[in-house]
Amino acid sequence: MSGNDKNTNKRNKKRNRTIMRTAIMALLVAAIGYTIYNSATAGDVSVMKVGDNAPDFTLTDMEGNSHKLSDYEGQGVFLNFWGTWCEPCVREMPAMDRQYEEYKEQGIQILAINIAQSNFEVQSFIDRFNLSFPVTIDSNKSVMEAYSIKPLPTTVLVNPEGKIQRIVTGEMTEQDIAGYLEEISPE
Amino acid sequence: MSLADISSNLLYVAFFAYLIATFVFGGAVKGNKQRTFKSEQRWSKVAFIITLIGFAANLGYFFTRWGATGHAPLSNLFEFATAFGLTIVGGFVILYAIYKTPVLGMVVLPVALLIIAFASMFPSEVSPLIPALQSHWLAIHVSTTVISEGILSMSAAAGIVYLLKVVDMKTKSKKRFWLETMLYALVVVVGFIIASVTFNVMDYEAEFTYVDKDGKDQEMVYNLPPVFGMNEHVSLTEGTMAPLVEMPPVIDAGKLTTIFWSFVFGTVLYLLIRLITRKRLAELLQPLVKNVDLQLMDEIGYRAIIIGFPLFSLGALIFAMIWAQIAWSRFWGWDPKEVWALITWLFYAAYLHLRLGKGWNGERAAWLGVVGFAIIMFNFVVVNLIIAGLHSYA
Amino acid sequence: MEKVQCKCGHINPAGTLLCESCGRSLTEEGQKEKLVDMRYEGTARRSQTYNKSIIDKTWNFFSSVKIGVSLIVILLVAAALGTILPQEQYVPVAENDEAGLKEYYGEVYGIFGDVYYFLGLHDLYDSYWFIILVGMLAISLIIASIDRVVPLYRSLKNQRVLRHPSFMSKQRIYANGAAADDSLEKAGEKLKQLKYNVSFDKNGLLAEKGRFSRWGPYVNHLGLIIFLGGVMLRMVPGFYVDEMLWLREGETRSIPEAPGFYLENKEFILETYTGEGEEEVFGQAIDRVGNVVKTYRSDVVLYKNTDDSVPGATDNIEVEKEYSILVNEPLKFDGYAVYQMDFRLDELKAMSFALTNKETEESFGELTIDLTNPEEVYDLGNGARVELMGYYPDFSGFVDGEPQTATPIPNNPGFLVELFTPDTPEGEISFVLIQNTIEPFGDNTHKLSFQNVETRDVSGLTVRKDRTLPLLGIGGLIFMIGVCQGMYFNHRRLWIQQQADGTVILAGHTNKNWFGLKKDLDQVTEHASLPAYMDQQEELENQEKKDGDNKS
Repeated sequence: MSGNDKNTNKRNKKRNRTIMRTAIMALLVAAIGYTIYNSATAGDVSVMKVGDNAPDFTLTDMEGNSHKLSDYEGQGVFLNFWGTWCEPCVREMPAMDRQYEEYKEQGIQILAINIAQSNFEVQSFIDRFNLSFPVTIDSNKSVMEAYSIKPLPTTVLVNPEGKIQRIVTGEMTEQDIAGYLEEISPE
Repeated sequence: MSLADISSNLLYVAFFAYLIATFVFGGAVKGNKQRTFKSEQRWSKVAFIITLIGFAANLGYFFTRWGATGHAPLSNLFEFATAFGLTIVGGFVILYAIYKTPVLGMVVLPVALLIIAFASMFPSEVSPLIPALQSHWLAIHVSTTVISEGILSMSAAAGIVYLLKVVDMKTKSKKRFWLETMLYALVVVVGFIIASVTFNVMDYEAEFTYVDKDGKDQEMVYNLPPVFGMNEHVSLTEGTMAPLVEMPPVIDAGKLTTIFWSFVFGTVLYLLIRLITRKRLAELLQPLVKNVDLQLMDEIGYRAIIIGFPLFSLGALIFAMIWAQIAWSRFWGWDPKEVWALITWLFYAAYLHLRLGKGWNGERAAWLGVVGFAIIMFNFVVVNLIIAGLHSYA
Repeated sequence: MEKVQCKCGHINPAGTLLCESCGRSLTEEGQKEKLVDMRYEGTARRSQTYNKSIIDKTWNFFSSVKIGVSLIVILLVAAALGTILPQEQYVPVAENDEAGLKEYYGEVYGIFGDVYYFLGLHDLYDSYWFIILVGMLAISLIIASIDRVVPLYRSLKNQRVLRHPSFMSKQRIYANGAAADDSLEKAGEKLKQLKYNVSFDKNGLLAEKGRFSRWGPYVNHLGLIIFLGGVMLRMVPGFYVDEMLWLREGETRSIPEAPGFYLENKEFILETYTGEGEEEVFGQAIDRVGNVVKTYRSDVVLYKNTDDSVPGATDNIEVEKEYSILVNEPLKFDGYAVYQMDFRLDELKAMSFALTNKETEESFGELTIDLTNPEEVYDLGNGARVELMGYYPDFSGFVDGEPQTATPIPNNPGFLVELFTPDTPEGEISFVLIQNTIEPFGDNTHKLSFQNVETRDVSGLTVRKDRTLPLLGIGGLIFMIGVCQGMYFNHRRLWIQQQADGTVILAGHTNKNWFGLKKDLDQVTEHASLPAYMDQQEELENQEKKDGDNKS
């Protein structure tokens, strides 16, 4: 072996070692960074994202009609999760009803999904506000679970392709509602 | 006589056997002054037999109590403490059988006595299990842990003997200070026992109402003269002393009072010993360790950790995690008791790395062994009584 | 640094202490020592050899035992800090209520509590710096292990039978003297009997036993790394589910984060010890502390969606299993576990009233309102009926004359009713609350008088799924194996060489338990009539002792 070869060999070895060490340490640092990132964001992991397929479900409204989400493909669906004890839910209902009158001919469906209250409470609520869109009761909270709904009201807008267009948490103004319905209305 | 009564009588037998054995071991070691090795051997043998009788009675206590309650007697402070005393003596019995070291008996048995006496200051009647404890894991987890802690304590016992021999008590040094402090701490435990027993015999009781940290009215009973009063306390018992200082609501003035009296009695006792003998405690003990084989003590200290550490990992961490997963739905929750078990484990891991990787043996290892025991005792006493968490059932 | 060539001609990697081939000391200090340092077989620990680039320096930093131990100690102290005051999860303040937490620590623990909160010690174990510390310890575990295990493996694999006499004479166990011609074979025979691996080379013999114990430390480190990896994985979404489910008796609910599964609460049971019968032995303890709880139990039914069904529909679920959840006996299904964690007793379920005439107290009959499913009309017969106009489960006051409910839970039910009797066929409107009745249109002749209530309990259940558990279990198991392997077995080696002049030299080494090695050697010495050995370390110590005694 000539001296030159020896030196090259040594340099190569050294380079390999540096690459190896750098790789191992980079990997470990990345793992720690990722762990910290995950622990920082642990609280706000949302299972549902805009662009996901809206999970299918079947619910029966107060008049006994069954509503299956997948049956509304080609239409925009406005899902409003609510309860009678939730004041903003109560406030936005009349506006939703007015906008429903506007848009129902344009291929829009509004479904109000009550969270596990009694028929009596829901029916008297409908009567009080004279609601014309279908209102259903998610009596075992399975739809709420499927959409991972936390605060009320939450509104999920499903576009005609069956994808989630938007998720709105909190109260909406009538203008907001109109805008959202416009977004999901089929051409 | 019910099984429970038999059980508590057996514990008395064990206690007195250990007490006698301590003195016989002391005599055996001391007899060595005249270089009459035969007499040392003979007296050691007698002491060991007495220890064995005590140990058998102690085991008898344990299993009869198990029979009486229907569950492993490891469910509250009294039961855990007596079991700890049992495993400490058990550790010594094994060591003596292998190494024939009477001097260790002189260190281990008094500590076991103190622990058992300490235990009996707490409610000792047999009590039923709350739902969280109704599991076979109680016996598995706690017994493994307490056995491992008994074995780990041997490391401290060997360490103390080692230090008593090597630390120079004639000249002022940090080492001298800490060694003496350690012994003083043991005297404070004696102080606690004397204080409790004294006022117990006097039937002392002072009842108070107070306002707790959540603003609720509570009642409590002092069994020692209330030096510290609870937040907004009002006395219900006539003719007892009025608390000197009122504490904020987060501080348990009752416990503080107990600690205060332990220190008062302990310090008085310590000062008396110093005054009468004109020597430091460590100096008093030093003649007893004159002929100790240091290398053997170092070896025992290390062996104890080699056996105790894996057992501790298994009992106090792995079994603990399995049970926590079953009972509390999570294997780890940063409960103070869990954290201190982890601290203990980390400490002994550091010990092993220092010993094997950095060559820390001899005196340094002896200090570490003693510190390890201090951590175990901290987890056992302070975490149970002061930092309450999920584990405080007593 | 340059490679080191030994006198025997072997070229060793830079930093080597003992020649890989013959065992000669390669450093000057080593040559002066009476005994050789056998740690890591005298190989070049990788980190010690090169120390140039920043990468090498970082690598060396983490490889050092000193740093590892320092990290352990720092972690230990940090962990202890977190136990001074309770962590936020053990404090009675709602999750994520930062202002509430701050106030709690300040109010309950004073200035110390304020400082504790300010320093973030109330959430120490989830803090960045604590995670980074654990991460650094993990890095140290990994790098220090790689750094030692590779050269150790190489050197143990390439062991030579023949070692240089200077290596042999510096071993702790050493013998040198005359022996019979066949002593080498006889020694080999005996050693084989003692379960040593024996290999011969020319005039020498190497006997080895328990080499695997040398891997113990690295195996237990591997276990810890796997465990920490599992812990890390838990934070990745999808590996870990932790949800609380409050389930009332009689309710069926979809199980959070477990799509397609439903749970019905049939009954919640709380039992306390009576201190009677079999429990008599506990009488004293029960008298002292009052009630002691014996059981928390939820009798539940687990349902599963039929195939191809979707959420929402309530009629397409099948019973999967019936189970009684106890504190130590969670319900398990499909990787999930449901635990009995909490409870609330006596929530209102139904209320009974009698429709009576206020003055005469004449009753027109009774009605029971199911608070979970009230009806519109309760017909009492004989022309008496009660019509429900409004139901407010948790009545909280009026807004614009309209009664409000704060929650859907019947904590304070209010009923707006219209009362019909044959005397008052036009109806009387009344607003009925617990202990209170409001009559908006003046004095009614009739009232609903409260009779009794039915209550139900609520089970607080925790739903868990932890897919990292198997990994954690494997990590723990490997750790225990490694610890036992390293601590309870030892690596013993004996080198024996027959010299040209007929004498034999012998050296022995073990990583621990010299007593055991000596016991083996005693047997071999006797069988093969080898020269008597000596323990050079003991001799050294005795020498020192003597010197010390002479001085004093």
